Amino acid sequence: MSAPRGKFRDSVGSAGSSKYHWSVVVGIPLAAILFQVYVPRFVTDVAYLELPLLATVYFALTFRSPVAGLLYGASVGLAQDSLARPQHPLGMYGIVKTLVGYFTAFVSQRFDVRNSSIRAILAFFFYFFHDFFYWVLSRALLGEAVDFDPIRTLVRAMLNGAVSAPLFLLLDKLKTTE
Amino acid sequence: MDFFLNRFRNLTALLAAILAQLALLAYQIKSGQDVRLIRVWAVTAVTPLARFIEGGRGGLAHFLKNYVLLLNVREENQRLKADLDRTEMENQYLRAQLSTADRAVALAIFQKTSQSKTLAARVIGNTTDPNGKAVIVDRGAADGIQKGMAVIKPEGIVGKIIGVFPHASDVLLVTDPSFAAGVVSQKNRVHGTLKGQGQSTVIVDYIQNEEAVQPGEWFLTSGDDLIFPRGILVGQATVVRNGKSRKEVYLAPSGMQSGLEDVLIVLDGVHGTITETPLPNQPMHLLAPPDSDAGERFSPAAESGSAAASTVVTDLDRSVEHYRAIGAAQNHRYGDKNSPAPDYNVTPENPARPVPPPPVPRP
Repeated sequence: MSAPRGKFRDSVGSAGSSKYHWSVVVGIPLAAILFQVYVPRFVTDVAYLELPLLATVYFALTFRSPVAGLLYGASVGLAQDSLARPQHPLGMYGIVKTLVGYFTAFVSQRFDVRNSSIRAILAFFFYFFHDFFYWVLSRALLGEAVDFDPIRTLVRAMLNGAVSAPLFLLLDKLKTTE
Repeated sequence: MDFFLNRFRNLTALLAAILAQLALLAYQIKSGQDVRLIRVWAVTAVTPLARFIEGGRGGLAHFLKNYVLLLNVREENQRLKADLDRTEMENQYLRAQLSTADRAVALAIFQKTSQSKTLAARVIGNTTDPNGKAVIVDRGAADGIQKGMAVIKPEGIVGKIIGVFPHASDVLLVTDPSFAAGVVSQKNRVHGTLKGQGQSTVIVDYIQNEEAVQPGEWFLTSGDDLIFPRGILVGQATVVRNGKSRKEVYLAPSGMQSGLEDVLIVLDGVHGTITETPLPNQPMHLLAPPDSDAGERFSPAAESGSAAASTVVTDLDRSVEHYRAIGAAQNHRYGDKNSPAPDYNVTPENPARPVPPPPVPRP
């Protein structure tokens, strides 16, 4: 069953039962990046939120296709890279989110990821993976002497995991049922 | 090959995506060039939206502020009518005016009083880099902004322009670890280099332990970096202590204390009262070097009353002059193997050889 033009199939539910409009698939990560650019200026406490990552995890989980997941992750990562400071080379977030998109979709093929708590755990895990791998790339490829604080990253991963549960439920509401 | 691609389709796609991005990274690192087109697209796409949101937020804040202000004025009027005290009414009115003074007004006043030519800009977003401290302002190449221009506030320096787009620019904040600027202490004229640390405080490096800096002392820009005009507030020393080799001086940057909303970009900086045009044909916007302060730096030319008194000398020049003077006092000719080595412990200012302390007997 192929999705009609302008629709992206959600593979989590029963096959072909619900879809996303293209504007949701494109608009949500853009809104997430804009949130990351704009909101921490006024509410510094939300700077820990990595909404582009949560959007990548959510859509990679729903696509359940590693190729779609990695392409989606790469696009979101490159968009995020392009809004970083000019010394930050393009591709750092791109590579990390490519891996996140791929592995998230890979996991979704093997487990039932409709459960909110499982999705929150995956968001927690992939946040930690994302930060750790970004740190590895920063040191290995750019030679930057950046610190990695595992405790702080774990706390932030837990917070992002906690935020992901209601966020993913909200995003579920954006599905258009046939 | 087809079998391999079909069987490992996902893995092949992953490897292709990673390799493509690694190649992009390698190109940028190797060439030292940015993929500017992608950044221009991204920033140009985000700028109108961010400008729209910021406009909406500003309008809402303005409306709320004015509404609250009107309520205050009405209450004040009632109280003033009851008191029938004209003087107090005037005072209240002035206080209300002061309390509602917009930052833009403060910036405009600063702009008028400042000798440097500046352009007001509004911060419309942060960058997404987790390790860096940078913001995006709503002025770009179309407004005459160039890379390397200083960004200041009436309270102090804020950062410098590191990326210019058509209608927006990236500003590297003073708190970013890669930020550096020349500073000088207000009281003792101690020169140092301001460095960001990724935290709310910044550090002033390259100050010798012997030099006098007190906690609470203000630091100002020295103009040595050719970016910030000399004499702009930088911050107050919060911690001063001797380190292993150099003094550790921490500052609270005054330009970052009251939040970042409106800033001024220095289009044409002026050191003190001297107007200098920027150096021509520079890819980076650089100010002209500041004039040397009389008595602030050691200059042999200045001591001899030469016309070249304004020559900038470094610490190395100072050391060379020092040892040259010692050699001349002892008739030593540098480069001549037959000339005996001079005694560097005997200086022209102190001709007596210092007596070394008696050796401490070993237990």
